[in-house]
Amino acid sequence: MFPFSFEWLWDAGHLVFHGGLWYALNIIGIGMTYCIVKAIIDTSKGKGGHDHH
Amino acid sequence: MDSALIPKGVKRCPMWQFLLGLGIVGAVLAWGVYAMLLCWFKGLNQTNMNDYYGFALWIWADLAVIALGGGAFFSGLLKYIFGKDELKHIINYAVLIGFICYSSALLILAIDIGQPLRGWFIFWHANVHSMLTEVAFCLSCYFSVLTIEYIPLILENRQLDKVPFFHNLGHNMHEIMAVFAATGAFLSFFHQGSLGGVAGVLFGRPFAFREGLLIWPWTFFLFTWSAAAYGPCFTLLITWITEKVTRKKLVKDNVVDLLAKIAGWMIFTYTIAKLCDTARWANITAPGLGQTLADFYTGTAFYGYWILFAEIGLGGILPAIILISPPLRKNPTWRVIALFLGVMGVSLNRWVMVLQVMATPVMPFDQWVLYYPSWQEVATTILPLAYGIILIMISYRYLPIFPQEAELNPIEEEAPASVEAATEPAAELEPAQA
Repeated sequence: MFPFSFEWLWDAGHLVFHGGLWYALNIIGIGMTYCIVKAIIDTSKGKGGHDHH
Repeated sequence: MDSALIPKGVKRCPMWQFLLGLGIVGAVLAWGVYAMLLCWFKGLNQTNMNDYYGFALWIWADLAVIALGGGAFFSGLLKYIFGKDELKHIINYAVLIGFICYSSALLILAIDIGQPLRGWFIFWHANVHSMLTEVAFCLSCYFSVLTIEYIPLILENRQLDKVPFFHNLGHNMHEIMAVFAATGAFLSFFHQGSLGGVAGVLFGRPFAFREGLLIWPWTFFLFTWSAAAYGPCFTLLITWITEKVTRKKLVKDNVVDLLAKIAGWMIFTYTIAKLCDTARWANITAPGLGQTLADFYTGTAFYGYWILFAEIGLGGILPAIILISPPLRKNPTWRVIALFLGVMGVSLNRWVMVLQVMATPVMPFDQWVLYYPSWQEVATTILPLAYGIILIMISYRYLPIFPQEAELNPIEEEAPASVEAATEPAAELEPAQA
C-alpha cells in the first residue's frame, strides 16, 4: 500500500508496518540493481568468465 | 549424458538412476499437485477444517517448515555478522534448505487462502494491527533474500559460470552478501517472532495467551529463539541424510561440530526460557484467566501431559545436553539422535501452539474437539516434501553445494566407464558463500 492509496492513514501503525516493508524492499532492490549494473559494466570491460573459451 | 553440467572433481550417480529417483518422488509430487488443484478448483470444502479449526494441518506445516528453515538465517548471521568462517562449508546447503522451506511455506499458504489470486490483498489492503500482516511482509521479503542467496549458487554451475555476465553477477552478489544476510536476519527475527505472537495475543484462549514486553508476548521471543536454535539442527540432519543417501562424506567434522555446538547452546538457553515461561503460565497466567494446568492436559489422552514432556524434555533438555557435551556431540550416533529429537521437539511445539490451542475447551460447555486432516490436506502437506527432495537432487547433481566434497572424496584416476562422472582433476570448489 502506498501513501496515495485511499486506505492510507498517517498513523504509527501504517508508518511502522509499511516503513519496514519498503525499507527491506529498498535494500533488496538497490542491492540487486548494484550487482546487475556492476556485472554489465564488468562484462563490457571484458572481465569474468575464467572458464570462458 | 550430462557430465558437462556436473561440478568438477566430483562423481555423481548414472543418469538412469537419477531419473528413476526423480520419477518416484515426482509421482508423490503429482499426487500433491492433484490435491492442490482440487483445493483450488473445488474450494476449502476439500479439507476437514471447520469453525473449531480455522487453523489446521497446513498452518502447523507452515510454522514447522519456517522454524526448520531458520538454519539459513542463523547460519548467515553466524558467518557474516559474527565471523564464523568455517560455516562457509555448509552455508550453501543451509540456504538451499531454507529456500525449500520458505517456498514450501508460501506454497502451502497459497493453498490455504483458498483464492490465491487474491493473495496480494494482504500487501495492498494491509491490516496493520495484525501480526499475520507482519508475517506476510517479512516472509515474502525473506523469500526474496533467500532467492538472492541461492542465485549465486546456480550461477556457479560449470556451464553458466562460463558466461562472463553470469560469472560477474555471481561474483558481485558474493561481495555484498553480508548486506542481504543481515537483511534476512532482520526479517527472520520479526516473522519468526510474529508467528509466535499470533498465539500469544489470543487472550480468549488461556492455553496460548502470554504476557510479554510492550506489544510482544513472550511467545514472540520464544519462537525466534527456537527457530535459531533448531533450524541448524534440521540443516545438520538433512546433511547427514544426504551423506547416507550419497554414501559420501560431504562436510568435515569440525564444521558439523561447530554448528552442532552452537545449536546445542541455543537449545539449552531456549529450554531454560521455555521452562520459565511454562512455569509462569501454569502458575500465574492461566489461573488468572480461570483455568488450571490440568484443564489443558487431562481432557483427552491425545493431549495428555506426555506432550508437554515430549516437547520440553525429549525435544529440549535431552538434545541440549547431548549437543553441549563434547564427548556426546562428537559421537555421530548421539549427535544424530539429538538432531532428530530437536527437529521433533520444535515441530511438536508448533503443533501444540496451533492445534492444541484449537482443541482446548474455553467455555464451560465446550468439549475437546479433535481434528483429522482430509487426504487432500495430507497430500498437499507431503507435496513440499517431494518438491524439496527433487530440488535437493537437482541442486546436488549440478551445483557445487558442498565445497569440501571434492577434497573429501577424491576421484580415482580410472573411473568406471559405466559411471557418468566429471573426471577432470579434482579442484577445490569455490563455496558459493551464499
